[in-house]
This record gives sequence, C-alpha cells and structure tokens, in this order.
Amino acid sequence: MNLTLKIWRQKSASDKGKMVDYKVTDISEHMSFLEMMDVLNEQLIAEGHEPVAFDHDCREGICGMCSMYINGEAHGPDRGVTTCQLHMRMFKDGDTITIEPFRATAFPVIKDLVVDRTAFDRIQHAGGYVSVNTSGNTQDANAIPISKHAADEAMDAATCIGCGACVATCKNSSAMLFVGAKVSQYALLPQGQVEAADRVQNMVAQMDLEGFGNCTNTGACEIECPKGISLENIARMNRELMKASIK
Amino acid sequence: MSGFFKSSIGRKVAMALSAFFLMFFLLQHFAINILSVFSADTFNEVSHFMGTNPLIQYVLQPVLIFGVVFHFVMGFVLEIKNKKARQVAYVKNNGTANSSWMSRNMIWSGLAILAFIVLHFIDFWFPEINTKFIQGDWSGMHEGVEGYRYFHELQEKFVSPIRVGAYVLAFIFLALHLLHGFTSAFQSMGYTAMHKKTLQNIGKAYAIIIPLGFIFIAIYHHFNHIH
Amino acid sequence: MALDSKVPKGPLKDKWTTYKDHINLVNPANKRHIDIIVVGTGLAGGSAAATLAELGYNVKAFCYQDSPRRAHSIAAQGGINAAKNYQGDGDSTYRLFYDTVKGGDYRSREANVYRLAEVSANIIDQCVAQGVPFARDYGGLLDNRSFGGVLVSRTFYAKGQTGQQLLLGAYSAMNRQIARGKIQMYNRHEMLDVVKIDGKARGIIARDLITGKIERHSAHAVVIASGGYGNVYFLSTNAMGSNATAAWKIHKKGAFFANPCYTQIHPTCIPRSGDYQSKLTLMSESLRNDGRIWVPKNMDDVLAIREGRKKPTDLSEDERDYYLERRYPAFGNLVPRDVASRAAKERCDAGYGVNATGEAVYLDFASAIERYGKEQAKIHNIDNPSKEKITELGEAIVEAKYGNLFQMYEKIVDENPYKTPMMIYPATHYTMGGVWVDYNLMTTVDGLYCIGEANFSDHGANRLGASALMQGLADGYFVLPYTIGDYLSNDIRTGKIPTDTKEFDEAEKDVTDRINFFVNNNGTKSVDHFHKRLGKVMWDKVGMSRNEQGLKEAMAEIKAIREEFWKDVKVPGNANEMNPELEKAGRVADFLELGELFAKDALHRNESCGGHFREESVELEGEQKGEAKRKDDEFAYVAAWEYKGEPADAVLHKEELEFKDIELKQRSYK
Repeated sequence: MNLTLKIWRQKSASDKGKMVDYKVTDISEHMSFLEMMDVLNEQLIAEGHEPVAFDHDCREGICGMCSMYINGEAHGPDRGVTTCQLHMRMFKDGDTITIEPFRATAFPVIKDLVVDRTAFDRIQHAGGYVSVNTSGNTQDANAIPISKHAADEAMDAATCIGCGACVATCKNSSAMLFVGAKVSQYALLPQGQVEAADRVQNMVAQMDLEGFGNCTNTGACEIECPKGISLENIARMNRELMKASIK
Repeated sequence: MSGFFKSSIGRKVAMALSAFFLMFFLLQHFAINILSVFSADTFNEVSHFMGTNPLIQYVLQPVLIFGVVFHFVMGFVLEIKNKKARQVAYVKNNGTANSSWMSRNMIWSGLAILAFIVLHFIDFWFPEINTKFIQGDWSGMHEGVEGYRYFHELQEKFVSPIRVGAYVLAFIFLALHLLHGFTSAFQSMGYTAMHKKTLQNIGKAYAIIIPLGFIFIAIYHHFNHIH
Repeated sequence: MALDSKVPKGPLKDKWTTYKDHINLVNPANKRHIDIIVVGTGLAGGSAAATLAELGYNVKAFCYQDSPRRAHSIAAQGGINAAKNYQGDGDSTYRLFYDTVKGGDYRSREANVYRLAEVSANIIDQCVAQGVPFARDYGGLLDNRSFGGVLVSRTFYAKGQTGQQLLLGAYSAMNRQIARGKIQMYNRHEMLDVVKIDGKARGIIARDLITGKIERHSAHAVVIASGGYGNVYFLSTNAMGSNATAAWKIHKKGAFFANPCYTQIHPTCIPRSGDYQSKLTLMSESLRNDGRIWVPKNMDDVLAIREGRKKPTDLSEDERDYYLERRYPAFGNLVPRDVASRAAKERCDAGYGVNATGEAVYLDFASAIERYGKEQAKIHNIDNPSKEKITELGEAIVEAKYGNLFQMYEKIVDENPYKTPMMIYPATHYTMGGVWVDYNLMTTVDGLYCIGEANFSDHGANRLGASALMQGLADGYFVLPYTIGDYLSNDIRTGKIPTDTKEFDEAEKDVTDRINFFVNNNGTKSVDHFHKRLGKVMWDKVGMSRNEQGLKEAMAEIKAIREEFWKDVKVPGNANEMNPELEKAGRVADFLELGELFAKDALHRNESCGGHFREESVELEGEQKGEAKRKDDEFAYVAAWEYKGEPADAVLHKEELEFKDIELKQRSYK
C-alpha cells in the first residue's frame, strides 16, 4: 500500500518543530508500524535527509519504550498493543497517517518523536519500592501466605510497562493510572504495608511536582493502555491517600 | 490533612464532595418544585417554610452558596492546571475513540450551567434576598396575590417562551454534566464507579430524570398559566 | 598468560561458604570513598547497582535506554529456577546444579554453577520481600511450573511476564538507592570505552545520547552487565538496541572473550514475513507441551500451501510429517531447544518450509484441542458429544493455558491459531558465550567485572529454560557484592580517581575520532544495510549448523563486509545531537569484528556441543546416528580469546574444565 505520513519533526528540545509530509510506497500489510518507519528512514537516508528519531527497543510490546501518537491515539488505533505491535493491516492504501510525539508538559520533546519520560522515574524514586536490603537473609518466600486473589490483582497492576500512553491520552495529561498502578501493587501485598502511607503521599506529591494534570475520570487511559491497567487502581490510590491523610 | 487538599487527589476529592452536596441539593430542589405541579398550596407551604426557617436561611443557604461557588472556582482552577499540563496541543486528537463527549467537556457544560445560575439568581434568588433581607418582608405575602406569593411568582417567570427555552437548554447541559459527574464523583472518592453497572445505571437515571423533571415543570407552568 | 579461574579449594558444596568466610571486607566508613561504575541495568546490572549502593559504595549506573526499567531482561517470559523444593518432588541444590551442567552439555565451570544453584533459593526470598507478585496457589503459597530438560517443578513465575516483574523488582531497589543519593543514574548514556590505569580498570568514556557530549567517568572498579550479542545475527529476539559494544570494547582492552560460538537458537519464534523484518518474536517454549510440529510429506502439498491453493487443515494425517515424533520417539515434540531447532532447519533446507520465505513449520494444536475436549466432555458427563462440542470444550482449555500467547500470535500474524496451525521457526535468542571471568566474576583485566548474559560463566554450551533470570540476579544480588569487596579492600587509600590524566585523554580521543569518522564519512550505504548483510552471513554459515568450509567463507565474508563498511557507511546528522544512526554505526562496527571471532571460535571447535553443531562431528552409527557428537577428550575446555588487532589474529587460551562431581554423558533423546 501507499501512504502519506504527516510527522512531527523537531530538531531539538529548543527547536519549535513542525509537521512534515512524507510519502511511502509498497508497504506490506504484514509490517509492524515501526518497520514501516524503518522503511521511511532508509528512504530518507538514501535521499540524504535526516531520518526520523523515535524511541523503540524490544519491539515485542513489553519494554514500554515506543511512544507514538498515531492518528490522534496513543499507540494508534488498535487496542491492547504498543506502537511496535501495531500492524499496517490496520490501515488502508492511500491513507494519511498523522504521527506525533506523546504530548505533555512533563514529557518534553527531545527530538522528533522522542520524549523525555524521566518524570516517571522520579515518581518511582519517591516511593515506588519496598525498603528491604538484599542481604540474602530475608525470611523464606513462603513465610507470609498471600491470597491468590491479592497476588493476581497485584500482578495485574504490576504489568504496567511505564510507556506513558495514559498521560499522552488523558486530556489533562494526568499520570494517575501509572502512579495508581504502582501504589496498588504494593498496597495489595503485605510486604508493602509498613510504608504504605508514606509511599502514596510521597509519590502523589512528586507526581504533582512534575506538572502532570489531574484526573477527571474520562477513562480514556484505561482504554488506550496497552496492558489494560484498570481504573480500579486510580480509585485505590485515592483511597490510599485519603487513608494516609487521616492517620 | 491540609496537605491533602493541596494535592491533586485532594482537590478532586473536594470537587467530588461538593458535587455530592450539590446533587443532594438538586434532588431536594426538584422534590419541592415538582409539588407545584400537583398542588399550589402545598408548594406554597413548603416554600414558605424553606424561605423563612432560620436554620435553612442562616446556615444551609450560606453553605449552599459556598458549595456552588467552590465547585465552580475549583472547577476552573483545575481546568487551568490541567491545560498547563499540556502546553502544545495535538494536531490530531481522536478523543471519541476512548472517552465520552460528556467526560471531555465538563468545563463547557459547567459554564452553561453557570450562565443558567446567573439567570436563575436574577429571576428568583436576588428578588428573594431583596424582599427578605433588604426590605425586611418575611411575610411571604404579596399585594394582589391571595395566600403566599411563591406559586404566583413561579408561574410569572415561565410566561416568556424565551426564558422557558433557556431553562430547557440549561437543563440539557445539566444532564450532560451529570451523566459524567455522578459516577465520576464516586470514582474520585475511591469507589470504582466506572466499572460498577448498577451504580452507573443509577447515575444515568439521576442524570436524566432530574433535569427532565425540571424541564417538565418549566413547560408545564408555561402552558398552564392561570392568568 | 595462563588463565586462573581462582576457584577456591575444598569440596564443591563448601567452596562458596569458605570463600565468603575468608575474603577481605571493606569497612562501612571506607566504602563511601569508593566509586563503582555499572554499565547496563538489566537483571544483573540493576541488582548489582542496587546492592552495591546498599552496601555503601558510590555507584554510577549507565543504560542506553530512557530508563533502567526498559533493559531487555524485561522480555523474559517463562520463569526463574530456584532449588526451593517447595513441591517436595526431590529438588535440591545438587540437582539444580546437575541439571544445569548437563543441560549446558558439560562445558561450564562446576564451581560457578554450584554457587548459582546454592544462591538460587535466596533470590526468590529476596524478590518476594521486594514485592514481586509471583503466581500463588489458593493456599497463598508460591506456585511452580516445570520447564524443559528437567524432572522437577522448580520454576517460579509471574504470569508470562516473569522477566518484567523481576526487573521491576531490581529497578525498585535501584530507585530506593537513587532516592538515597547512593546511585547516580545515567539514562540515555552509552559506554564507548573503558579506561585502564596501571593495568586496572579505572573508568569509562560514555556518550550522552541526548546531547552527544562525550563524558569521562572514573571509578575504582567497573562492572559490565550489558547483555548478550545475539544481534550479531541482525534478526534475533533481542531488543533493537541490544549490543555488544561494552563487552567488545573491554575485549579490545585486554578482557578475554570466551566461547563466542555458543549461541542458543530458540525453536518456537514467529517466522520472518519479509525482508523488512526488524526483529523476531519469541513464543514461550511451553507451547511445545501441547503442540505437534509438522511439515507436509509431499512437495506438491508444500507448493500448494505456499501458493494458497491448499490450507494446512486440508491435509490428512497421512500427508503430514511429524518429524520430531518420527526422529525422536522418546521425547517427541519436547526435545531440547537445540535439537528442535536443527530439526526444523533440516526440513526447511530440504524445501518443506510452509510459508512464502520457505522458513516455517507448523505447530498444531488440533490434537490437543481434541484430547482436552474429550476429557472435558467426560468430566461434564456429556455422552456422545458432537465434534463441535469437543472442539469448543478443548479450545477453552487451550485458551486458559496459552490464551495470551495465542492472542499475541494473532496480533502479529493475523491468523487464528485455534483454527489453523501456528507457523514457527527458530531464532537467535541467547548467547552463552561472553567475556571470560574467573570465580570472582572478574575479567582478565584487574578491577573489571562482567556479570549476567555478558559473561560466559554458567550455562556452558546451552542454557536451560528459566536459568537466565536466575544467573543475572545471582550475579548481581549475591555474588558480585562479595567478590568485588575482596578486590576493593586494596583500594581504600587510593582516593578519588582523577579524570584529567593521559589515559582518559587517549581513550576519549579514540572515541571522538571514531564518532567524527562516522559523521564525516560520506558513504553511500546505511548502517542497517551492512548489519543485514552481516546477519545473513552469520545465519547462513554460523547459524544452527556449521561446517569448516562455511565457517572459513564466513570469516572472509565478514572481513570483506567490515572493510566495505569502513569505506562506504553513511551516517546522517551530527555528533553533537541525538543521532540514532550514529549509535547504530558504532554498535554494528563492533558486531562486524565480533562476528568474525565468533566464526573463528566455531571453526576451531571441531565438535558438536549444545548450541554449537558441527556437521563434521556427528555420530556415525548406532541408534544416535546423525546426532551431535561431543569430543570430551579434545574440547573439554573454555576457549578464551585474546585480542590482537584483527579478529582473525586472536590468540586462544584454554581453561581446562574439570568435572569432579559429575560424570560426563552423551545426551540422548531418541
């Protein structure tokens, strides 16, 4: 198939940036979206232009590095996939595809489609862990039984890949699905209880400091999340913070 | 605790609390107004009680005003903050793919409701305040009107088809606001309303029945004007 | 230089304990005057950085990704082994050790493997304490699964995302130390050289991938945890950015590179669909428990399927060749990874591949669906169930077991694997070879350590499933933190290492010169062009089966591609900005050298062992006719290569492998 691509080009963080049109031809429907971008880049290199910079790594939907806003949706029109797993069969011959970086004040553009998501790391630094040393002398793994239900729910929250699609999608650029998932994972497990109050307060404070917006419960994040992280996690974070503040 | 209400989540909890209060107020406002359809006398009695009871006038009324103002001001504050969180807009954004129009446009339905409240205050509340607190007339009577004046005033207002039209439009926006707002308030309070079918249905019922009821009242009085 | 593995004396099971009891320690007040650089933040690097920082050292951690959490350990699906014996099925440290050595085809170092098995149980305790949500049973205790090549259930798992959860555990431990200021994290940084002062590793040169700035970082010890070199094949299950640059740079500075030819080719990956393909996706090995692998018996059917005239489901049982069941009646579809991969290649080379590229075989779940369906019908007391009912019941069971994998397959291939057989083909997955290290995980350069997949130590010639995660975390959490302390106890009076010395000047100049060469070389071909050509040579001639002639050709061809690369590569953009093509150019330049050493190593090892199969070394008669033949009398050693300029000139050093606790046996799956 032949396609027209409208791609955000921005030389560096300080550059203003603009949309530029490109044409690609002979795209196979079996290609992944990023393989289509590879074709474009090979073409640009051959023509003596600079290729489009974009983040990607594992290309199997788990590392969370890829991050494009395709035709107005984070990771494009398919559900439950990251951009690297989006396939060209989702598009038709002659389509125009608009490709933009994830947009949020807390995710500044570094170059073209590459954005800086270290705000997520800093939120994790604020409390996304259980304070336990690797002494090798921790108690036996089976010492505290954990109900299957809690373990499974914690796992569902923990599957978040930190890609930032929730922020990119949210009309308010809110990071609450991301933070909620992390808070939930530890809130559901006994290991996380000791420092639960400090954790949620510190992580929320850091989230606010980073300049993410507020949650207005549109539910868009849950739908666009490639791992289907549930809104339940945001509700749980709200409860955890209320609980922590009353103490 | 003071830190809590400065946090993003604290603010949305505050938003939800004021929303619950306003939704409760709306329910009782509706309950009283619908009386006017069935019995002018009962409506007058209840209105006079509400209009003269010191607890309601001196305690609940200021709380209500505060609630209304707070909900609006906080709504705007959050909107501005949220806008700041994305300074460069998308060239193409397909919001319909993942969220409802209502959820994405609370600020616009809210503004429409604010415009309505201004009209509503001019129509009812300012004259009420003027009569009672400035003129000092707590009798509930009016020259040329038999019995209490409340029912009479109500009907007067709905003579004009333009006003009725404005009210109907405003209530449609109120319905849109509530269609998202009802469940959203629960969600903000930590209850996953978005995934609970029953609560969602209750929310939908509330969001449609109450505004529709108000619309009915307005139209009813427009067509059943005594004079 | 003779290789000294520094394995402690004494009985195997006491070595590690005795070692720990007698090493030198650094007191807490001195630790804060010691800096350690860790390159790579996967399971090995992440866990090492966190633990060293907890101990009190100043850690500088580097990763090329935008966050440590994205390292490719995250993609491991199946699980992590540990000798916990929670199932009471006879597991023990010794048994895990034995399985690992045997699985590695007797080409690993006994003492290292035993230590790995010994600390394995602690890893699970540690991860649970960190909040890793392992799967549990209804009693609230940890659940286990079993994996290929072993007789016990010792694999712990977190759905199909065990690697992700373990990495996030290590990442969380790092976050805690970053928040304490004990780890200084350098995201989007790539190490481009190591700096040696007086024979010791004392720092690195790194490039900030956002600004292009070349930076000097000094430390008292340097730890390389940069993963494997599977991307030398261009197509592999590795991440796009996975590279061998850190490992190769230290090799060029004196670290020996061991057994590069030991590569694991995983049999169940989604086949290539065209030349544009950028990477291959692995489907968990567990699928072979229920899937049957076949190709058509008749060439007519192969062609008909390729041309779309027939569907695989049109073929009757008689017209199918279940070649694994035919060749290996005892193990059937469950033969080890290397055997299954080679058998698929054999059929496809013979022309029986079932997709357009001719490189795919079927993995069929129809029998499993029928079997489960009938079972379910019995359980639910359904008499004379219809064929449709059986299929429906059977598909429900298959979905419960493999639903997420089937869904992933359907997303990528756009075919419903419940209705039509999956297509699979082997792909490069893991590299057992790597930088040579002694028992302390130190390379042949003082103060330079190498851990995780980047080193060669624990898996011999073949790695068992669910052992990679175990090794990464064992090295980082429980081994390196001890062994490095022993070395650093001599450095407590050294003080801060200055970066304004001539050694740093020289290293930085080399790095800068090379970068400038790339951006100024007005070639005509992109980096990927060369990488793909290298990958094709590697796959065709240094892939699943190798022979002398092919390997010699490969060495010559790789050298030719390398020479052409340095003349004709085109790197757009500048040095002082984010430039992904420039990053790739540096990595491919290193792969072009490593690939040749790889072929040289494969050429010299004229035996078949584990992932390395030499066509010249097969059993000639008897039941095992045509199967891999190990030559223990000639090749029971680690081949450690010393850099001497050209890869072809590398000098071989041998570390003889002694097996005192295990008897060497031929693997048989017939």
